[in-house]
Amino acid sequence: MALSADSMRCGEFRTTYKADTTIFPTPMSRNFAIAGLIILLIVPQVFDAYFTNLLIQIGYYGIAALGLNILVGFTGQISLGHAAFFGFGAFASAWISNNFGIPVILAIPLAGLMTTAVGMVVGIPAARIKGLYLAIATLAAQFILEDFFNRADWFSGGSAGSLAPPLTLFGFSFDTDKSYFYIVLAFVVVMYLAGTNMLRSRDGRAFVAVRDHYLSAEIMGINLTKYRILAFGVSSFYAGVGGALFGHYLGFVSAEGITILLSIQFLAMIIIGGLGSVMGTLMGTAFMVLLPEVMDGTMKVVGGYLPGLERGVSYLKEMAIGLAIVLFLVFEPDGLAHRWKQIKAYWKLYPFSY
Amino acid sequence: MSQAAEQLAAPATVLSVNNIEVVYTDVILVLRGVSLEVRQGQIAALLGANGAGKTTLLKAVSGLLKTEDGEITRGSVGFLGETISNRPPEEIVRKGIFQVMEGRRVVEDMTVLENLRLGAFTRKDKQVRADIDMVFDYFPRLRERAQGLAGYLSGGEQQMLAIGRALMARPKMLLLDEPSMGLSPLLVKEVFGIIETINREQGLTMLLVEQNANWALRLASYGYIMENGKIVLDGSQEELMNNEDVKASYLGGSEERRSFKNLKSYKRRKRWL
Repeated sequence: MALSADSMRCGEFRTTYKADTTIFPTPMSRNFAIAGLIILLIVPQVFDAYFTNLLIQIGYYGIAALGLNILVGFTGQISLGHAAFFGFGAFASAWISNNFGIPVILAIPLAGLMTTAVGMVVGIPAARIKGLYLAIATLAAQFILEDFFNRADWFSGGSAGSLAPPLTLFGFSFDTDKSYFYIVLAFVVVMYLAGTNMLRSRDGRAFVAVRDHYLSAEIMGINLTKYRILAFGVSSFYAGVGGALFGHYLGFVSAEGITILLSIQFLAMIIIGGLGSVMGTLMGTAFMVLLPEVMDGTMKVVGGYLPGLERGVSYLKEMAIGLAIVLFLVFEPDGLAHRWKQIKAYWKLYPFSY
Repeated sequence: MSQAAEQLAAPATVLSVNNIEVVYTDVILVLRGVSLEVRQGQIAALLGANGAGKTTLLKAVSGLLKTEDGEITRGSVGFLGETISNRPPEEIVRKGIFQVMEGRRVVEDMTVLENLRLGAFTRKDKQVRADIDMVFDYFPRLRERAQGLAGYLSGGEQQMLAIGRALMARPKMLLLDEPSMGLSPLLVKEVFGIIETINREQGLTMLLVEQNANWALRLASYGYIMENGKIVLDGSQEELMNNEDVKASYLGGSEERRSFKNLKSYKRRKRWL
């Protein structure tokens, strides 16, 4: 950066209350976000479909994971049924676009709203129970919904699954990785901005207060029941939209992939990314999506040198993923967001460490 | 002045607790017939030993009893002419009663500013910013720390934040639960000084629960003394300050050390409603 007279100021000084609650804390971070977005816009043109595919996965999982982070990280509740909502969104969007002739681009948010309704019903016990008990209650929701997907032929096509039509807009069909990437990117940007925006508002503060001190939240006039259920609703909306994007990307939705394992993966994403951090969610999702791929590549290289290991490589991969997560939690329990903060703080003060 | 004229001149009653009985989990009887009255613009002090039921009384007023499986089984709580017993807390907050809880309970993960905004949760008007400035004028220390996380504040600052947060709701009445808890004598002086200023400048009605009877009675114009779930003594500030029993058991500094037997004399005085 060229040093000119007006770039000489050495810090951020906010003079209004409004400046304290902007989405981007500094002009620098805003510029970086915009630059990052522009880079992402070129990515599918430069890289191959495989890489684009990974980014698309990060996108739709990331949206759903943000929902879970709002519920777990910000409101302090726990859900072991997030994958079920994710799946419900996928089925709902396919169902809406197949049966009512509604264009896919509208079916996706509609599916989100349907999932919201389901999530709020599941969230009703949350008004009364907390912690491990709530975990079990949401676990029940996971199994009930899984069973529903397998049996409700009219809705999900039963065990055969259902076809999700590709997204078309003005006659253009977004059915390749390259084109669908832009749809997912647009949704990620909108959903993440909306999420950040909500969390810095009155409702966002209410969520955090419910998490940290439910008694003082109540004494400040926050209706606990309402906000606990609302958190489930918002979280399910994100899950539903993420799921819908997933469905229309694959073109086919079946209940097989939507298991408790995926729910736990969602939890892993937000824990690794950082509970209560919006950007951390995306980092954690990227970590969870990319780690198996990186491990895969590494193992292939290792396997090339040690032919005897070839068959054991796939086991080693699974174990290495587990090990990486454990090590991560031991050395960075606050998540990637925390590490990122430290890196930023370091450069802010460079070359003086404090 | 005749009795009737005196009645007319006295400010209106804001909070009236009428002979309430509070039971936890349907079994434990904590308050057994407590009555008190707080008038407009007045600071009333509620004193008593640990376990006397002071906090329970505050929770009965603010509605928090519900979250602890407690219930007002008899009597009623009136606020500005309305009955508010057993209403949900968020409704009571909206009516204008705000409790500053014991042990501060600020949201540690939020900045001071966010905590203050949280206090204004029930409000929808545009005056919030002006009120943040007002709180900062009362507590200049908070202005310096506005961007800092509330969890990093010192105990005294957290107490200030808790009171400031309560002011943000523009309450009609404040319930203060042991604002001096865990503070150094100097800070106690500062916090109580500010409480007095707020009361004087805004005419805010307060019910103050305290262990520090000295300070509480200096601020309050009327006091109640609780013991074992009952109010055993009440009177104006001077009456309580000069009462031998109160001096001996709460204020200290009485001439000769009394035996416990003598101390309990006032308990025998029955208080009929």
